[in-house]
Amino acid sequence: MTTSTPTRAAVTEPDRRLPALGGFAPGALGIELRRVLRNRRTLAFTLIMPGVFFLIFGLPQGGQSLDNGRPVTAYIMISLAVYAAMVATTSVGGAVATERALGWSRQLRLTPLRPAAYVATKLITAMSLGLLAVVVEFVVGTAAGVRVPAYVWLLSGLAAWLGSLVFAAFGLFIGYLAPAENVMQIIGPVLAVLAMFGGLFVPVEVLPDVLQQVAKFTPVYGMGVLARAPLTGDGVSMAAVVNLVVWALVFGVGAARLFRRDTARV
Amino acid sequence: MTSTHPAVELDGLTKSFGAVTAVDGLSLRVQPGEVVAFLGPNGAGKTTTIDMLLGLSRPDRGTVRVLGGTPDDAVARGRVAAVLQTGGLLKDLTVGETVRMTAHFYRHTRPAAEVLERAGITDIADRVVGRCSGGQQQRLRFALALLPDPDLMVLDEPTTGMDVEGRRDFWQALRRDARRGRTVIFATHYLDEADAYADRIVLVRQGRIVADGTTAEIKNLAAGRTVRATLPGADQAALAALPGVDAVEVRGDSVLVRTGDSDAIARHLLTRTAARDVEITSRNLEDAFLALTTAQTGA
Repeated sequence: MTTSTPTRAAVTEPDRRLPALGGFAPGALGIELRRVLRNRRTLAFTLIMPGVFFLIFGLPQGGQSLDNGRPVTAYIMISLAVYAAMVATTSVGGAVATERALGWSRQLRLTPLRPAAYVATKLITAMSLGLLAVVVEFVVGTAAGVRVPAYVWLLSGLAAWLGSLVFAAFGLFIGYLAPAENVMQIIGPVLAVLAMFGGLFVPVEVLPDVLQQVAKFTPVYGMGVLARAPLTGDGVSMAAVVNLVVWALVFGVGAARLFRRDTARV
Repeated sequence: MTSTHPAVELDGLTKSFGAVTAVDGLSLRVQPGEVVAFLGPNGAGKTTTIDMLLGLSRPDRGTVRVLGGTPDDAVARGRVAAVLQTGGLLKDLTVGETVRMTAHFYRHTRPAAEVLERAGITDIADRVVGRCSGGQQQRLRFALALLPDPDLMVLDEPTTGMDVEGRRDFWQALRRDARRGRTVIFATHYLDEADAYADRIVLVRQGRIVADGTTAEIKNLAAGRTVRATLPGADQAALAALPGVDAVEVRGDSVLVRTGDSDAIARHLLTRTAARDVEITSRNLEDAFLALTTAQTGA
C-alpha cells in the first residue's frame, strides 16, 4: 500500500507522543476538586453536619474532663473529625459508582487517561476533602473554646486524616462493586452505624459488653483509637493497629480487584 | 507517522455473546481520507464492530489494526477519537470544564475554545452538562473527540435520539470540520445520513458485510423500478415470465413487479389484464437497504 501524497500538507502534524504519567494531570485534578467543592450535598455531609454535631452534642459537655484532665469536648471534636474525614473520603471514592452509571468511565476509555491515573486522581481528591473535613472540624472546635496542646492537634489530626485513607479505599470498593447514581444514599447510613461501633458518637465503653467486643472488629474502631490516643494518653493497643491494617488491606485489595475486573476488556 | 498505512484494517473479525454471533468474520479496509458509512439495521453488529475497532472489547477471532497499530495505542496517542452512544458525561461539570478536563489527559490538543467553536457550542460553554439537551451533549462529545485532532474519527449513531434540527446541526458541525485527510467512519441506520455524508457505504447485516461501494453503486444494486397494480387473482408465474421482469410479488389483490422495463410491464398490465391503479416508482437507497438487509432473515 503506497500512498505517496501527503494528504494534510497544510496542517502541522499533531504531537502524537503518549501523555506523561498515564494522563494524570494537576489541571484535571484542579477541576475535579472544584467539582467536589461545588457539590452542596457533599459539603453538607462532610463539612457542615459534623461541625453542627459538635455544637449540639459536644458543647453541652463543656467543663467536663477526661481521666487525664483533658477536656471531654476535645474527645468529641476529634471523634467527629474522624467521622467527617471518613464520610468525605468515602463519598469521593464512592462517586466512581456514579461515574460508571453515567458512562463517564467508558468515555474516559476513549482518552489516553490510564485507569491507574484516574484512581490516583480520585484518591488525591478524596484525601484533600478528608483533610479539609478534619481542619474544618478542628476550627469549629477551637472557635467553640476547645484547648489542647499543639502536638495533640497535629497528631490527632494526622491520624484522623491518614486513617480516612481506609475509607477512600472503601469508597472505591463500593464504587467498583456496582454502578449506581446515588451511592451515598445507600452508604451514608452504613457509615453512621460503623461510626457508632467505632466510638465516634459515644465512647465504645458505654456500649453493652457484647457490642463492645463486636466493635473491636469493625472498620472504624482502629482509626478512632489511634486518633484519640494523643489526647487520652492511653497508648495505642495492638488490637487497634491490627484493626486498621486489616481493614485497609481488605478494602484496598477489594477495590483493586474490582477495579481490574472493571477495566478488563471483554 | 505518514499515511502509508490503511486507516483501518479489520480481518476476519468475529465476536459472539453467548449463542448470538454479533460479528461474523467481518473484514474491512478503510484508506486515509475516506468517509465511510457503516449502514445497517439495529442488531446488525455495527456497535460491536466499532467497540472492537476502538479496543473497547476484544474480538473472539480476527485482528484489528488502526493506523498501522493497535487500537489502544491509537487512542492513547490521540490518533483516533470517537463519539459513542454509550459514552456518558458528568452532569455537574460545565461544557467548558468537560472539554478542559479531557484536554488535560492528552499530551497535546487543539485549544478548548477552538473545538467548542467547531462543535458549535461556544455559546453554552458555561452551561452545566446536566442542563444541556441531548443534541448539545452529543456536540460536546464531538468537541471532546476533536481535541486531539485525530486522524480517524469514529461516530456510532451520532444523531440517535435527536430531533430533525439537532441532526442537521450535528452534521453541519461535522461538515464544517471536514478537514482534508481526516478519515471518518460513522455507523447509522438513517439512510439519508449515509447518502448525504459518506463517500462509501458499507452495508452490514447479521454481523457480515453484504455490500460495499459508493453511494451510487449501492443504489444500483437495486436499480430498476417497481410497478404496482391492483389485480385480483394475478397470475404470478405468467407475469414473472415476461421479458425484463426481476421479481413478482403478490400481496392480496396487489401485485408488485420489479423490472428494468417498467413501460412494457405497465402496458402489458393495462392492455392484457384487468389491472387498475397502476403506479410506477423508482427504487432508491432505501429499497437497496431493505433488499440487502432483510433478505434471507431468520436463517
